[in-house]
Amino acid sequence: MTGGRLLGFTLMAATLALIVVGTVWPNQSGASVIDARARMEVSGSSPEGVVNNLLVQIGRRDWESAYASLANKAEFTEPEFIRDVNGSNGGLRTFADVDGFDIQPLHASSDQATIRASLRWASVVGSFTDSRDLNVMRTGDRWQVAWPIAKEVRVPPQVIPVNYLRWDVIDRGPGEDWGRQDVEDPHVRIVAMHPVERGGGVVVLGELLNEDVVPAFVTVRASLLGKDASLATADSFDKISHVLLPKQVSPFRIDFPEIRLPQVDSVRIQPTSSLVGASADPVIGIESQKLNPVPDSSLSGTLVNQSGQVVNVAHVLGTFYDNTGQILWVADQYPSSALLPQTPQPFTIPLPADIANKVKNYRVVVSTYSSDRLR
Amino acid sequence: MRFALLFLMVASAAIAEAQSPLQFPPSVEVGVAFSVPTTGSGPASLYIVGPSYILRRKIELGESIAFAANDLQIAGHYVALVVANTNTPTPISESAQFDVTPAQRVATVSFLAKPSRLSVSAPNGISGVAYVFDVFHNWILQPQPVTFQMTDSSGHSESRSTTARNGVAWAKMNSAPKAGIAQFEAVAGTGAEAIKEKRVVQEVPGDPCSIRMSARANGQRVALETDPVRDCSGNPVPDGTIVTFTESHPGGQSTVDVPLKRGIARTEMPAVPGAVISVASGVVMGNEIRWGGGRSGGL
Repeated sequence: MTGGRLLGFTLMAATLALIVVGTVWPNQSGASVIDARARMEVSGSSPEGVVNNLLVQIGRRDWESAYASLANKAEFTEPEFIRDVNGSNGGLRTFADVDGFDIQPLHASSDQATIRASLRWASVVGSFTDSRDLNVMRTGDRWQVAWPIAKEVRVPPQVIPVNYLRWDVIDRGPGEDWGRQDVEDPHVRIVAMHPVERGGGVVVLGELLNEDVVPAFVTVRASLLGKDASLATADSFDKISHVLLPKQVSPFRIDFPEIRLPQVDSVRIQPTSSLVGASADPVIGIESQKLNPVPDSSLSGTLVNQSGQVVNVAHVLGTFYDNTGQILWVADQYPSSALLPQTPQPFTIPLPADIANKVKNYRVVVSTYSSDRLR
Repeated sequence: MRFALLFLMVASAAIAEAQSPLQFPPSVEVGVAFSVPTTGSGPASLYIVGPSYILRRKIELGESIAFAANDLQIAGHYVALVVANTNTPTPISESAQFDVTPAQRVATVSFLAKPSRLSVSAPNGISGVAYVFDVFHNWILQPQPVTFQMTDSSGHSESRSTTARNGVAWAKMNSAPKAGIAQFEAVAGTGAEAIKEKRVVQEVPGDPCSIRMSARANGQRVALETDPVRDCSGNPVPDGTIVTFTESHPGGQSTVDVPLKRGIARTEMPAVPGAVISVASGVVMGNEIRWGGGRSGGL
């Protein structure tokens, strides 16, 4: 009986001790789903602390708390804050989640600080980072963040005339005689192909031309052949513009991370194309393109949607050439925001530093996806 | 059923070389009625075994066996067996072999025309293959006259006459210099009995032959517009064809892919003094304009 009481007392004491430990030093690894390095809300007695708390609330989509904590919330409404952070118009960011964040103090004084907050977003087409320099100011004994909201540009009401042009396809029906004619698949042609060694693997770079008068849905398959057998086969996946209008050229890139270039005897490229219903609109201008030097080597520019319809997601593909016209690299980027009519939207395609030094020319194409149809 | 078929095949093989009292003609044409006399008396069963076809019919020995025009529709080699309806252990009494040949008259043509879409002025760019069949879809192996005729959108036609051998005839045709819908026709047989099969071939313009653009100021931007874009035969290049405008200057470049609409591509780009603006479509380059510096020559 005495032993049982002792055991019960011991278990109770251990339980209480664990509760105290868990309260004082919480286990952060399971506390937040937004950051693998797991930051919880901390004390708001420092600029870093309030920025950390704000980003945690954004990651949890606790918009009400995040908005309430801002110093300049009188300048905008909560829906405007949500649109600024979380995107709008069916853009890529509206389908993305915060995967983590970094905080970098830039400046601090007794009642004001500047902190660079980098939010990492994860989407189905990869991750992207949204960096903002946040002003944090002391109000009494509290620190508060002034959110640098980007005001949405409003295009003046207007009518944009569009001569709508699209293609529809009527295929051969079932039960037709076997000699019955069907519509011809579009004729496409590989106009450049170049295998390179990169990062311990092989990368096949090239360009594809739709030389037909109808739109084509295209893919490119590459097979690396060794001396005796096929080494590997892969498709271009999303490193290509899949819908090509007549006479349009798309770059493609196919990665073989497990194959070394000396193993490769030859490369077999198989472009495939099929007829696809498509639209000739919207037209996207790619303006102010420029190469940025190392250390932030990249190609940047702005996309201008010249049509009147919203483009939900844009895919920017860059082809980079050396001084002989040979393709050096193919890279891409999905801008996180939707393209509103007549509204410039910046983009940046990262470029490996060693390649950036050799680039003499480049070409950028953009493909667009709208919620009402695939282009 | 399987056993019966196996039995009949084995039996027919066993008597293949035997002298047959059944008087089948060595060859009959599908769609032609004929009759075969028999000997003996009493009821019997007639089996006709052919390619993917078995016929069983009750007959009376001593009377002629009549075949209607539609009884044997599939060309090939046949075996006929007459089995007397008795309880004897070897019931096969008579057999014969004969061939059924396709009809002489063409009834249908399967016509393969490739491609269904090609650019203008392509020599021997279109191939047509015609397969001739009789009314029962038997492949006619006897030589048959076949004519291929190509009529372009302006009404001009070109024809090639040939002979289908072993059921096949083919020809290669040129595409016309004028874009449009061409009618490609295969005609098998002659006169009123000729069978026609028609295909449509879309003859489309080729690559743009030359692209000329002009520019004018439009506020802070420059409005660009091409002349109507045509191929080297003078055909207007189809709407939707992508024309790429590129503006290069020391600070960077701007590009825009514009589809032709009503034969013309137009867009606007930032007006940068000294910028060189070029135009291209696919692998064909057009002229260049130095903005603020006048027009430079085409490439």
